Amino acid sequence: MAGIIGRKIGMTSVFNADGKNIPCTVIEAGPCVVTQVKTVEKDGYSALQLSFDDMKEKHSTKPLIGHFQKAKTGPKRKVAEFKNWDKEYNLGDVITSEIFLEDRWIDVTGITKGKGFQGVVKRHGYSGVGEQSHGQHNRVRAIGSLGACSTPARVFKGTRMAGRMGGEKVKVINLRLIKVITENNILIVKGSIPGPKGSYLIIEK
Amino acid sequence: MDLMKIAEKAFEVPQELPKFKSGDTVTVHYKIKEGNKERIQNFRGVVIQRKGSGATETFTVRKISGGVGVERIFPIYSPFIDRIELNKAGKVRRARIYYLRKLTGKKARIKEKIVKIDNE
Repeated sequence: MAGIIGRKIGMTSVFNADGKNIPCTVIEAGPCVVTQVKTVEKDGYSALQLSFDDMKEKHSTKPLIGHFQKAKTGPKRKVAEFKNWDKEYNLGDVITSEIFLEDRWIDVTGITKGKGFQGVVKRHGYSGVGEQSHGQHNRVRAIGSLGACSTPARVFKGTRMAGRMGGEKVKVINLRLIKVITENNILIVKGSIPGPKGSYLIIEK
Repeated sequence: MDLMKIAEKAFEVPQELPKFKSGDTVTVHYKIKEGNKERIQNFRGVVIQRKGSGATETFTVRKISGGVGVERIFPIYSPFIDRIELNKAGKVRRARIYYLRKLTGKKARIKEKIVKIDNE
C-alpha cells in the first residue's frame, strides 16, 4: 500500500477527551524522496521507490550516489518500495506525512529488538516444570518431553525449542493515528510498535 | 528527544501547579465521576517521590488513614486533578523517601523547611 519510511522516536502517553490515559508511540515519518518510478511497461509492475534519512557522501558508494543524483538528491540510508498510490508522483518529488490523515488506521512494519539465544519459556511461552521442589534439580525452565517414544521414534519437524529470539520483521496492523504534526513530520499512533528507538519503520496507509 | 518534546507539547493543557518535591505535604483536589455527577475529593499527604519526565511524570502521595498507610500515584498532567495545594515544605535529603514507609508515629515526621508558600 501507499506509505512512507519513518523512524521510531519513542513512547509516551496522552489523555483523551474522556480523561483516559492512552499509551502511544511517536514516529518521525519522512520526508521521503521519490528516487525511482517503476512502471508496468518497464518493470512489470507499478511502484514508487522512496528514500529516507540523509547520509554523507563519503559513507556512500559511487553507484548509489549516481542513483540518487537522478532524483537530484543526496545519498540516503533507507530505501523502500511502495505500491498502490492514488496520485501520480515524479522522480525527485518529496512525500511528507501529509499523506496521512488523523483518526485513520495505519500499518507499521519494523524489526523487533533482538533478544539473543533464549529458552522455551521466554521464546514460546512454555510454562517450565512448574515447581522448584520435588526433585527438579536444575531443570525448572526446561522444555520437558519432545514427543512420544518408539512411535514415531523421532522428533517432529517444527517442534518448538530454544533458539534465537527477536530481530525479526513484524507488521502491526490497524494502529489508530491520534495526531499528525505535518510541520515536524510527526505521527502519533495508539499502541506500541516493534523495534528499538531510532529504528526504521515502514508506515502504510 | 527533541521530536518527543514537540509531540508531547501538542497535547499539553496549560496548567498551573505549585512547585513541590518529595518531603512536601500537599493536598490533591481530585475530580471523581459518579454516574453523571462530578465531585472533588481531597487527598492530603506527603509526597514521597516524583517519577518520570515530560507528559508521563507522576508523583506519589502517602498518608496514614485509620492507622493504615495509603499511597496514591497521580499523573502530574491528569485532567482529573483540579488543583494541588502545597501545605508544608519538608526538609529531606533524598529524592525518594521510601524510608518513610517503615516509620510510624513521631518518627514519621518530616522537618519543615521555612519557605514562603506560594499558593497564589
